[in-house]
Amino acid sequence: MLWLLFFLVTAIHAELCQPDAENAFKVRLSIRTALGDKAYAWDTNEEYLFKAMVAFSMRKVPNREKTEISHVLLCNITQRVSFWFVVTDPTKNYTLPADEIQSAIRMNRNRINSAFSLNDQTLEFLKIPSTLAPPTEPSVPIWIIIFGVVFCIVIVAITLLVLSGIRQRRRKNKEPSEVDDTEDKSENTITIENGIPCDPLDTKGWHINDTFMTEDERLTPL
Amino acid sequence: MASAPGPDLPGDSSEDERPKWDNKLQYLLSCVGFAVGLGNIWRFPYLCQSHGGGAFLIPYLIALAFEGIPLFHIELAIGQRLRRGSVGVWKAISPYLGGVGLGCFTASFLISLYYNTVLTWVLWYLLNSFQHPLPWSTCPLNLNQTGFVEECQGSSSVSYFWYRQTLNITADIDYSGSIQWRLLVCLAACWAVLYLCVIRGIESTGKVIYFTALFPYLVLTIFLIRGLTLPGATEGLIYLFTPNMQTLQSPRVWLDAATQIFFSLSLAFGGHIALASYNPPRNDCEKDAVTIALINSMTSLYASIAVFSVLGFKAANDYGHCLDRNILSLTNEFDFPDQSISRDEYAAVLTHLNATQPERLAGLHLESCRLQDFLDKSASGTGLAFIVFTEAILHMPGAPAWAVLFFSMLFTLGLSSMFGNIEGVITPLLDMGVLPRWVPKEILTGTVCLLCFLVATCFTLQSGNYWLEVFDKYAASLNLIIFAFFEVIGVVYVYGMERFCDDIEWMTGRRPGLYWRVTWKVISPLLLLTIFVAYIIFLVWTTLSYKAWNPQYKQFPSRQEKSYPGWVQAICGLLSFLPALLVPGVAMAQLPIWRRRKQKNVQQNMRLKLQDSKVSDSEIR
Repeated sequence: MLWLLFFLVTAIHAELCQPDAENAFKVRLSIRTALGDKAYAWDTNEEYLFKAMVAFSMRKVPNREKTEISHVLLCNITQRVSFWFVVTDPTKNYTLPADEIQSAIRMNRNRINSAFSLNDQTLEFLKIPSTLAPPTEPSVPIWIIIFGVVFCIVIVAITLLVLSGIRQRRRKNKEPSEVDDTEDKSENTITIENGIPCDPLDTKGWHINDTFMTEDERLTPL
Repeated sequence: MASAPGPDLPGDSSEDERPKWDNKLQYLLSCVGFAVGLGNIWRFPYLCQSHGGGAFLIPYLIALAFEGIPLFHIELAIGQRLRRGSVGVWKAISPYLGGVGLGCFTASFLISLYYNTVLTWVLWYLLNSFQHPLPWSTCPLNLNQTGFVEECQGSSSVSYFWYRQTLNITADIDYSGSIQWRLLVCLAACWAVLYLCVIRGIESTGKVIYFTALFPYLVLTIFLIRGLTLPGATEGLIYLFTPNMQTLQSPRVWLDAATQIFFSLSLAFGGHIALASYNPPRNDCEKDAVTIALINSMTSLYASIAVFSVLGFKAANDYGHCLDRNILSLTNEFDFPDQSISRDEYAAVLTHLNATQPERLAGLHLESCRLQDFLDKSASGTGLAFIVFTEAILHMPGAPAWAVLFFSMLFTLGLSSMFGNIEGVITPLLDMGVLPRWVPKEILTGTVCLLCFLVATCFTLQSGNYWLEVFDKYAASLNLIIFAFFEVIGVVYVYGMERFCDDIEWMTGRRPGLYWRVTWKVISPLLLLTIFVAYIIFLVWTTLSYKAWNPQYKQFPSRQEKSYPGWVQAICGLLSFLPALLVPGVAMAQLPIWRRRKQKNVQQNMRLKLQDSKVSDSEIR
């Protein structure tokens, strides 16, 4: 009698959990990809942990606080490691709706991942899209900071160069005018000898004595 | 008297004030920096690989020997001799050839505009390289954060970053879109940096060139060493250099080799004439020409080794990922244990499955992974730098450091080329005396930079990339070949071969040998004429079209081929021919002046004769 009941129960369970059954989800794990040499083998204890995590997620849903580990059924476990699971209600007659399970898993995805040391890519719930974490963006984009630094340096350098150019030009303009000033001073003091003003030697610039110039030209070149 | 110290130079007194290079090294580095530019990195390796690998070196070296070096020598010699920029030099040789100088000046101006825009993009990428992870490594998330943005998903994160987040490109050249403020700001920074470097002409560039000309070589060496140690580098290099002699039968290869040498050495821009005009008159320009041309070609080869070792690594990486994707599909479908099929076993497993369960296998639609296909996906130009190479860098450990190195190398390469371009614009303006002498040079360079910046803002529009391609294809190519042709003809036949050889003998101490005379008189002009004709044929043959980035295109991410609208075609024609029309234009404008001068001479002669006759009459009396 007991054997009959047992077979009946497992038969019903088998019907509830089947590939592509209603409210069933396929799970795929890539343990070796994630952990390499430290990969653990997938055995019934790991399955028990999985059932516990799913039950834990469902218990956080209002009205489902009474979900037990035995309500979670796994089937079609392959070597890939992939399997299907469903969550039944306490009477074990029907399965809970898919969107409830989906939202529960999504809420607790991080906890489930970390229980198995996996991530969203290596522990896949097909048909349950995971919320991708947005990349952390600083308040000011980095490129603006570096741009500001470079641009300020360039503007300061240009200003310095322009100012130094102006200073150089002013110095050049002052030199010939200073020479002119001293010559004017000497001109102001006109020496008077014998009542006749003498012109001092013409030291203004490089004047060529015209008489000597024509002398040279008259000489025949060698 | 025996040989005078050089023929008469116009305006000798002002020559004492002409700026000078501090030492020979500055001059050499400036010429090398001008010649070695972005094309050495992203055009030569592509040509080498697509035109038969090692076999491409044959037409390349022939073009170098018979076209590149002779033309280069002419430019340096004439600039050093006449000590003027391009406009002054051609006016001095003959007033009818003034148009050549004016044309070179215009071409330099147009090229400066779009070349600095490329530097803007390089600067943008450089500024974005100082973060980990690099911004082009992941796609941004879509609105409900369950997946990636569709455009990014369909193409790749690198393409998305280039076309959407950098250019924000429109689907058609007709839709200009708005100005991208990020690019505008980077453009301003680029022109500011350039102004800082050329503010006092060669006084300031001479100091900066030590860094900007030598830094790229340092980075290339680092990339070479890193690239050769990466897995897959040898496949890339073998693929690059395997000679395929069959390609030499196509005339396209020879045309590409000739034009590559021409643009690689930056001939007929007027920049080399300007740089050489600041030399002391007695300087060995022949040795300089040969040295710089050889350095330029060596750099191209060096760069292609570095580039292709990295591209080989990328191809091997992509091939590995392709295999991994297929292996994953197999393990998921046939429930093999995780990681049970290695890349080596893949082929065996595939054949086994094909024999046992072909229908299930066919239903998977596995992609065919061949290393050759990935190696074939080469690119040139901006595609190489901003898409292919950036993706390769993502896979190298320590990616941000490599990105910073790569983009700073591109920036300094482009900057040193820009110095030559801008000197080709500023030196003629200084020589022509456009602004009065009391206006300081800083104001002239500032005005030029500001003007170029304002005009170049049109390249920061959303359709800016399409316009840049228009400028790149049409503003430079045909005009420069025409100018180079007139340069050779002008120097050899108008200025006179004997007079030119005398000048060179005075400057270098040796008379030019048979090689120079034959190439200048016959070979180079013929070659240039052939290239010009071939180019015209090629232009007429191909339809004016461009490749647009259109996310709505059915075969996205392939680029959609569209033809230019009428008004854009008109602009292409204007750009191609207007600078060249300056040559006959100025020549014809000289005709009435010449006639007037002739009339004046005749009148003067008659007046003198009358005076003489009056004097003789008075003497007799």
